[in-house]
Amino acid sequence: MANIVGAITTTHVPSIGGAIAKGLQQDPYWKPFFDGFPKARDWVAKVKPDVVVMVYNDHGLNFFLDKQPTFAIGCAPEYKSVDEGWGIPTMPAFQGDEDLSWHLQKSLIGDEFDMVTCQEMVVDHAFTLPMAFLWPDQKWPVRVVPINVNTVLFPLPSAKRCYKLGQAIGRAVAAYDKNINVLVMGTGGLSHQLEGKRAGHINKEFDLKFMDSMVNDPTWATQYSDVDLVEHTGTQGVELLNWLVARGALTGKVTLEHSNFHIPISNTAAATMVLANN
Amino acid sequence: MSEKRVIPGTTIFDGDVARTGYALNKMCYSFNEKANREEFLKDEDAYCTKYGLNDQQRAAIAAKNVLQLLAAGGNAYFLAKFGGIFGLDMQDIGAQQTGMTKEEFKAKLVAAGR
Repeated sequence: MANIVGAITTTHVPSIGGAIAKGLQQDPYWKPFFDGFPKARDWVAKVKPDVVVMVYNDHGLNFFLDKQPTFAIGCAPEYKSVDEGWGIPTMPAFQGDEDLSWHLQKSLIGDEFDMVTCQEMVVDHAFTLPMAFLWPDQKWPVRVVPINVNTVLFPLPSAKRCYKLGQAIGRAVAAYDKNINVLVMGTGGLSHQLEGKRAGHINKEFDLKFMDSMVNDPTWATQYSDVDLVEHTGTQGVELLNWLVARGALTGKVTLEHSNFHIPISNTAAATMVLANN
Repeated sequence: MSEKRVIPGTTIFDGDVARTGYALNKMCYSFNEKANREEFLKDEDAYCTKYGLNDQQRAAIAAKNVLQLLAAGGNAYFLAKFGGIFGLDMQDIGAQQTGMTKEEFKAKLVAAGR
């Protein structure tokens, strides 16, 4: 039976890709952020995941507004990192776990989550950067299953619905008959707003409360609507929905292994959490 | 229909905005590909015509003005690809929208962490 070892949630700010490419991990600006990862890597080495289920939001690379799914799942043999238009170096392709993808697709739709199924998918920084945080040599030792959440076009899936999707993923993995270890990741956030006269909005108090809730009170954020989340966390802070999906998938006893919080990286409150699921 | 909630200085990218901005966003989406970025730079006007931008959208593109681009229906994720052509980072864009210098905008971000 498959086992969910835990969840890692992290910010995915694009400029971090530039910092990696330039080797700026020890630079005073970047160090407080990159210092969050050695402990996460140690934990990953200990729990030995075979597969990463990556919950993220596409930023207009794989999906345009001609077809914008609320939830989508990748069921492809491989996912390529390609040009996003602003010069972040691409990374080696990621090997899909087709068996687990199709199992999840069947199980989630059976569970009334009407996923859009993608047999081809390219992945952007929201997927690639968190992988590079955990495996800086970019030699991926895991297979992947992408789960995409719409954070582009409102209305977004509600926080409550995202948490329930996570629970459905948790049930589906538990029912999978192969003996594998699964790490769930949720990327993006925390508070930030790129556009408008309110650009630069950051809400430290809300972020810290949210991080605490991820450990102790995981449905706390489900009280908020999509527009409530914009008001509190900014137009891109809503990416915390991906964190909620990841947290929902943890059905056992959850303990905090590590966390890191730093303001600012680019325009963002940058955060990482490592949650074990026992 | 109920009144839309207003968050000052913030656009909620919903169906109304998506309808207004479709051509602009579609053009910006095309900038994922290098050949399209080069074609745009060669003749901005012809490229805007190819994507059917309206006058408001063309003026906003010509001015490289983010607030105008948002008012014309642009979405931040797609506009970022337009900004990338000119090497603008998010602090350049933030400064432009808030009327601050880049240094002032960066200081505001740092202050949010205290």
